[in-house]
Amino acid sequence: MQAPRAPLLSLRKITKIFGEGDATVQALRGVDLDIYPGEFVAIMGTSGSGKSTAMNILGCLDAPTKGQYLVEGIPVESLSGDVLAALRNDRFGFVFQGFNLLPRTSALDNVELPLVYADVSASERHVRARRALAEVGLAGRERAHPNQLSGGQQQRVAIARALVNAPEVLLADEPTGNLDTRTSAEIMALLVALNRDRGITIVMVTHDVGIAAYAGRLVTFRDGLIISDQPRLAA
Amino acid sequence: MRLGTTTGLAVSALLRSKLRSLLTTLGVVIGVAAVIVMQSMGAGATAMVTGELSGMGSNMLMLVPGATQGMGGASLGAPLFTRADLEAIVRECPAVRSASVMNVRSVRVVTGDENRSTNLYGVSPTYLEIRQWLTVMGRSLTDEDERQGAKVCVIGETNRMELFGSVDPIGAEIRVHDMACTVVGVLEPKGASTFGQDQDDLVLMPASTYGRRIMGDDRIGVMMLSAAAEDRIDEAKAQVESLMRQRRRILEGEDNDFTVRDMRELIAIMGTITGVLTSLLAGVAAISLLVGGIGIMNIMLVSVTERTREIGIRLALGARARDILSQFLVEAVVLSLTGGLLGLVLGAAGSFAASRVLDLPFTLPAQAAALAVGVSVVVGVLFGVFPARKAAHLRPIEALRFE
Repeated sequence: MQAPRAPLLSLRKITKIFGEGDATVQALRGVDLDIYPGEFVAIMGTSGSGKSTAMNILGCLDAPTKGQYLVEGIPVESLSGDVLAALRNDRFGFVFQGFNLLPRTSALDNVELPLVYADVSASERHVRARRALAEVGLAGRERAHPNQLSGGQQQRVAIARALVNAPEVLLADEPTGNLDTRTSAEIMALLVALNRDRGITIVMVTHDVGIAAYAGRLVTFRDGLIISDQPRLAA
Repeated sequence: MRLGTTTGLAVSALLRSKLRSLLTTLGVVIGVAAVIVMQSMGAGATAMVTGELSGMGSNMLMLVPGATQGMGGASLGAPLFTRADLEAIVRECPAVRSASVMNVRSVRVVTGDENRSTNLYGVSPTYLEIRQWLTVMGRSLTDEDERQGAKVCVIGETNRMELFGSVDPIGAEIRVHDMACTVVGVLEPKGASTFGQDQDDLVLMPASTYGRRIMGDDRIGVMMLSAAAEDRIDEAKAQVESLMRQRRRILEGEDNDFTVRDMRELIAIMGTITGVLTSLLAGVAAISLLVGGIGIMNIMLVSVTERTREIGIRLALGARARDILSQFLVEAVVLSLTGGLLGLVLGAAGSFAASRVLDLPFTLPAQAAALAVGVSVVVGVLFGVFPARKAAHLRPIEALRFE
């Protein structure tokens, strides 16, 4: 549907092999995938299908064994560690299944973390982090520590943290995996709104068809290959 | 990332486990405290020794037989000095103000019911003036006593106490090496010397009496001289040396068979001794610092492993390798610097207490304090860099997946 536009993220014949010698596991077997600006893509597949591996490569958290990964046409393998860190810092926002908040650290400090690494001054960090927390509906809980928050609230903190640096792409790995149905719906509504109102590109890994239905495009992995890539399912 | 931010991060991470942080710093605390105490006590001891030696008469010189050997020792077997030598020195060396015989031997002294062993000094009437020593009772030895070979003596405080107690000793008779001798004076107490000797355990008598009646030998073992002024010590030394070479017929190119020593040399020798002691103890302290540093490294390695997930999260959020490196390095340095400062306070308190107990002057050498703190920072960097590098080189996805 967004055919003539240049892809934002492109996987080209990506192979990923874990382990060495006899104990190797081929997680990806030559995957091609283009993600365009403003898309909301759900990646599905059973566990071991390679969907999380593909996600980690998209987020520059892992490197492919073979093949090329391009961000806005620039091959990632040509970038230095510091440039990759900068890319993770201001182009990507991450939301994980396990929330991955720093324990014994307030919500505000957690949300400020990406800004710390972007060298934003302390006063501006506070302002922006408060605003991000307010946007996910957590105004007033800035001083709360993760263990004082519910799962849904923790995931909201994580989303605020992912958004605070105004990234172009939000990478969500099973964002509702640890949440109940009602909280999942709230989180998904938040993601849909971010995609629709702010134009943030979202790539989301899930194994729940109901959750995948929120996305505009569904990519299915099996045994390290993409077996289907289609627009939104009928909900 | 800014250093201020990193430091804040490090401090709050360390405060999250206060007890562990405190125990981790303990090695450095003890090491630095030990360094401070050693340096302070060493400086105190040196100050005391220097004060004591210059209290002996800072323009004092000693003439002893035998060539100089190493650290001030003199070889035996060289001929002793004579009365004529003494008179010649006083007469012909203008930079020498006065000279005294100082012959010493151990004797028994006996009163009616007391009997003890002490040091007997045969000295010239000038001796007490050269030593800058006063009598507190009676009088000192006179030229008249010396000329007549009078059977008189001046006793030190220890002998007064032991032999007379509360009885007035002046005019009393004591037997010194089986010779009856009248006590004419008591010396001002000096207390123990640096070497722990009781300086008041002595009896002084005229050198002539000592030579004729005690030893049957008039020669002089050691001469005590005083220079005319403190800045003429070298001059006095040179004059005495050239005169004695001439009188002892030492040929050009031959070594002296006598030695002139001044207090500065003794002070230097004492300085060397306390210096050696101080550096030995500093070595022990350095080992303690090393152990402290290893303790820090150990805890930092544990901390890196424990916080692998945290490192993964930070990397995912855009931390560069050097941000992680500096985070853990600064933590290690904050730990060891805190230890250093605690050690400094503890060491200062310890050396103050020790100086009270041992009756040494209290000094806290500024460079020792600076050194201790500097060393603790170096320890932090040295032992922190390995764990910090380990943390910085983690791969983001592996760190994130770490359970």
